[in-house]
Amino acid sequence: MPEVRAVEVQVDFGFSEEQELLRSEVRKLLDARAPLEQVRKTMETGPGYEPDLWRELAELGWLGLTIPEGFGGAGLGWVDLVVLLQETGRSLFPSPLISTTLAASAILDAGTEEQKQRWLPSLADGSRIGTLALLEASDSLAPTGIALLGKADGDAFVLSGQKKFVADAGAANLFVVAFRTGGGPQDLALGVLDAGAPGVTASHSATIDATKRLGTLSLDEARIPKSALLGEPGKAWPAIERLLDRGAIAVTAELTGAADAALSLTVQYAKDRIQFGAPIGKYQGVKHPLAEMYVDLESTKSLLYYAAWAVAESPSEVPRSASLAKAYGTDAFTRIGIDGVQLHGAVGYTAEYDIQLYLKRAKWARPAFGDSDFHYERVACLGGL
Amino acid sequence: MDFRLSPEEEAFRAEVRAFLDENLPEGQSRMDFPFLMEWNKKVRAKRWVGFSWPKEVGGGGGSLMQQVVLKEEMSKRKAPPLGACFMGLAWVGPAIVHYGTEAQKQRFIPDILDGAYQWCTGYSEPDTGSDLAALQCKCVREGDQYVVNGQKIWTSIAMWSKWMILLVRTDPKAASKHDGITCLLVEMSTPGIDVRPIQNMSGSSMFAEVFFNDVRVPVENRLGAEGQGWQVTVSALASERSSIAEVTAMFRKLEELQELAKKCTKDGAPATSDSKVRRQLAVFEAKIEAMKLNGLRSLTQQLRGEPMQGETSVNKLLRAELEVDMGDFALELLGSAGAYWKGSDETVDGGRWQFGALNWPEVVIGGGTPNIQRNIIAERILHLPKD
Repeated sequence: MPEVRAVEVQVDFGFSEEQELLRSEVRKLLDARAPLEQVRKTMETGPGYEPDLWRELAELGWLGLTIPEGFGGAGLGWVDLVVLLQETGRSLFPSPLISTTLAASAILDAGTEEQKQRWLPSLADGSRIGTLALLEASDSLAPTGIALLGKADGDAFVLSGQKKFVADAGAANLFVVAFRTGGGPQDLALGVLDAGAPGVTASHSATIDATKRLGTLSLDEARIPKSALLGEPGKAWPAIERLLDRGAIAVTAELTGAADAALSLTVQYAKDRIQFGAPIGKYQGVKHPLAEMYVDLESTKSLLYYAAWAVAESPSEVPRSASLAKAYGTDAFTRIGIDGVQLHGAVGYTAEYDIQLYLKRAKWARPAFGDSDFHYERVACLGGL
Repeated sequence: MDFRLSPEEEAFRAEVRAFLDENLPEGQSRMDFPFLMEWNKKVRAKRWVGFSWPKEVGGGGGSLMQQVVLKEEMSKRKAPPLGACFMGLAWVGPAIVHYGTEAQKQRFIPDILDGAYQWCTGYSEPDTGSDLAALQCKCVREGDQYVVNGQKIWTSIAMWSKWMILLVRTDPKAASKHDGITCLLVEMSTPGIDVRPIQNMSGSSMFAEVFFNDVRVPVENRLGAEGQGWQVTVSALASERSSIAEVTAMFRKLEELQELAKKCTKDGAPATSDSKVRRQLAVFEAKIEAMKLNGLRSLTQQLRGEPMQGETSVNKLLRAELEVDMGDFALELLGSAGAYWKGSDETVDGGRWQFGALNWPEVVIGGGTPNIQRNIIAERILHLPKD
């Protein structure tokens, strides 16, 4: 073939050496400290994560990976975060990492200098766990889905009601709460609420994927001081939408790591399991679904990496890219989870085998920050249909 | 990760755009023969035909990135092809550049670049389609000639080609079926060659059966060594990469499908207000976007010098799904009118959607069926045992 000439490369759709190094460090730690036997124990505990290991992650700078150095973080970007989350996803690592990262992202995106100083260092050093409280009983990601009204009262808004489907609600001590300030569809605000404030109660339980926690934040005359509002009241929808995009990217990042692991487990099983005198991976009825899983997984990764790159480099492209990644990835992982179990045969259905854990992760990931119907509809709207 | 082009590449993009502004006027028909003749001369003079081939053989010596830019700009403007000799440029030429003798290079490469005539590809046989390496076409050497007897099939444009790149079996006793295959360059006017076109289900005849009866080929027209034919072919097909131009063409198809959806109705309401229609169009968009980004990831791998393992099969599978599903979806949108064939007054857009819904095998089957692509991924990338 004609020789490919060496050229100065600018377009570069791969990870840097530093990012590969980060990946191998995360992998080393999780292999040592959070193998699946350990994950299975942790997921049965009340808090659903290991506080000692959480502190260790903080010391390594991973909790504040995308928080600027000036606020106690590592000052890295969303592509680096994808590397970290792919590995936590691969291990089904139970922790409030995504929740805390997103809460920090909300403050970083819409907060004042003073607010960043006040909250970000504690989120980076692990002393505070943060989470987003966006959804309500409507389970709607549209602005009109937020009904909880904040009544202006002096220097605060007073909230009574419930935020639903709050990730890690029982572990968090800082909530970024979306609420309504008026009757217009987008009259919304974002405020930071301390878990210890009067009138605030929160609890969570294990989900279908026991490594993940979801719960309810109940508010009874809880006060969010105006000094704790992120941005101006009544104008928070764009910031909320950016959080939804980032949430979709974060969930998809973990999903690709988990799907990678599910595919590896199933490929290994197909090589080891002998039936009709040969490894079952020799038969096209088995190898073709595995090839399909690979196609879906690689395609999800490509869509995801572009969306993560766009967060810093091309923000106007984020809504479409994030929706494409989450929509495609969610459907792909649903298939991968189901086929993974099915290709294992009866043992895939046992509690003892690990493949079922990934199927459960797929069920958890589907609705998180919007299912494929939601995101494909968004793509259709953004494309002018 | 970085998706920006270097200043040199941006300058090259500007050069391509300026060329198109000047030489591809708005409203210019792509079927206008004198225009196409002129176009071919102009792009040839720019050395954009065989753009990535070495300058010594008459190519452009362009870099991979420049090639991406060139193809992208060309397909955005729906420009005519760069060069008229499709198979010559896609794989025959690269194989000759790599394996050919000096004499073969001088004889064939300029004609391929000029589009002087067409090449066809004699690979598949009635009993060896997907299992190409089992091919049986007989070939015996007699002095300084090879004598060929056998049959090829699914040979695209055989009836309009002057030359064929042909795979034959020279050593039936070779230890492996991959050995003992030899590659010949055969003039189609050689006595003993009989071409019989095959009509396909969409009504056109693009491919043919080709029969060889004591066809004599000079030894000097052998490409590569005797028994090296498999290698010559595999590396030639590998250069048929899934390209950015293909993705731009798919995006264009999607736009046309979106326009069709806007014209159609479903139960009295615009089809574009139907949630299933909206979702389906967005799913197509996701798959095409994935193809584009998968391609860029492979390109990065190539630029970094990392080995490729069959990643192009991923995009071939996505493309296959898209071709079949998009063709079918168009007819679904048309509803009952989708049942008409060209020739009726009721037929929408002259029957192009019906043609599209039946013509996908050209892309989906040619160059390896989807199941062959799945085997490649399973065996080369996932390292599952061969069956």
